[in-house]
Amino acid sequence: MQAGSRSSKILDLGGEGSRSVAVAVASTLVFFGLVVLLVVNSAGWPEVKQAFFDPDVFRASFPDIADAFLLNVRIFLIAEVFILVAALGIAVLRSVPGPVFFPVRALAVAYTDLFRGIPTILVVYILGFGAPALQIQGVPRDPLFWGIFSLVLVYSAYVAEVYRSGIESVHPSQEAAARSLGLTRPQSLRYVIVPQAVRRVVPPLLNDFIGLQKDSALVALIGPVEAFRQSQIEVAGSFNYTPYVATAMLFVLLTIPLARFTDWLIARDRRRQR
Amino acid sequence: MSALTLQDVHKSFGKVEVLKGIDLAVVEHEVVCMIGASGSGKSTLLRCVNLLEPVDRGRIVVGDQELTARGVDVNVVRRRIGIVFQAYNLFPHMRVLDNITLAPRKALKLPRAEAEARALELLERFGLSDKRDDYPDRLSGGQQQRVAIVRALAMRPDLMLLDEVTSALDPELVAEVLGVIRELASEGMTMLIATHEMSFARDIADRVVFLDEGVIREEGTPEEIFSAPKEPRTQQFLQRIIEAGRL
Repeated sequence: MQAGSRSSKILDLGGEGSRSVAVAVASTLVFFGLVVLLVVNSAGWPEVKQAFFDPDVFRASFPDIADAFLLNVRIFLIAEVFILVAALGIAVLRSVPGPVFFPVRALAVAYTDLFRGIPTILVVYILGFGAPALQIQGVPRDPLFWGIFSLVLVYSAYVAEVYRSGIESVHPSQEAAARSLGLTRPQSLRYVIVPQAVRRVVPPLLNDFIGLQKDSALVALIGPVEAFRQSQIEVAGSFNYTPYVATAMLFVLLTIPLARFTDWLIARDRRRQR
Repeated sequence: MSALTLQDVHKSFGKVEVLKGIDLAVVEHEVVCMIGASGSGKSTLLRCVNLLEPVDRGRIVVGDQELTARGVDVNVVRRRIGIVFQAYNLFPHMRVLDNITLAPRKALKLPRAEAEARALELLERFGLSDKRDDYPDRLSGGQQQRVAIVRALAMRPDLMLLDEVTSALDPELVAEVLGVIRELASEGMTMLIATHEMSFARDIADRVVFLDEGVIREEGTPEEIFSAPKEPRTQQFLQRIIEAGRL
């Protein structure tokens, strides 16, 4: 119970009672006060302030960037759905026992090695420019499609490893219990092993998704105008870097709810099982 | 009629031969208790009967079906054999009721309502009705083990295998689990039980088997084994048990 109440807190003050709250507030103010003072008093601050934090440029560019950011949201939402399914498939294939299925396991290993190895930016370039150039009938030529496809390929490799660590963390006695009741191996996986595995890997899994949200900006490299590309356009028009900061802000704002949602999920699960 | 027959069963883990040729027959409605030191092969034997471990050599026949024959659907066979483990092995992410109904629903394809009716009837019988919606972690060890027994019974097995089901329990919780097993025995459930509870074995068993270094060293009625053991190894084992104050 103790562990549950502790982790359900978003930030741990490191103590109980009003005194520790006061100490936490005071030390926070002092620390950030010092950082702000240091930055504001630096030699280059006036120029940096002008170039990166111009309120007028911010106001002017923000609506278009926010609009373009909706494309990022679409990109990673679509990608996430496919990643969740594909990665689980790969993880399960990798754990299929028996000598007959060696090629399947080998293929799954090769896949994860390959796509964790290649920089995402290269996958986006190669597929984004290469695949449509083949001009095969029925193969989409939309760069957005290939951008999302690349992200799915790369992140499925990571998420498959996350799933696999979860599957392996479920004690073999659980499978023994399931099989001894007459459930088949796929049934044991589906009803007993995977549900427990997924619960355990929600935090690292959502961590990968935060990475994916950021990498949705890479799709810009092959054409689609998402938030990062839009901010480049704005920067080119205003000779001011403030649009980059606006874009960064949008990404952070989206990450925070996801991170808090993760915390909430973990806390809820702990409460339920106790 | 024989419910379970083992013929010359061998099993090795790597170079260690754990079972060195086991011959054993359990007839219907019979309760057979296996005693013996840790590592004598009791658990391995039970796991082999349920095909959780493939045997290296020998035959295992349950009812009229040979499990060790080629092309046997192990999933179908397992539905007829219930096994209860020392560590309960309940599914922690499921409520008690779902733990019990999972296999009847998915393996036997019973409709949910029927599976739940069956489960509730069993829970009622063993005084666990109020636990139906709890997660296993909320239950005491004794309650968890009773739920595990109910989970196995919900498949309506012909044969129950119990693998030291009280060994992980606090002493004050042992009685409630043994009570359940007694009740099963009185109803005529065929059981093969590995146990360290000698007085329980003496009390409940129709026949006691002493397993020693992977072979059945001696078998007989509880009276024969506990009061007048013939083999020196059995005498030694029981002497140690008596010295430990457990008989």
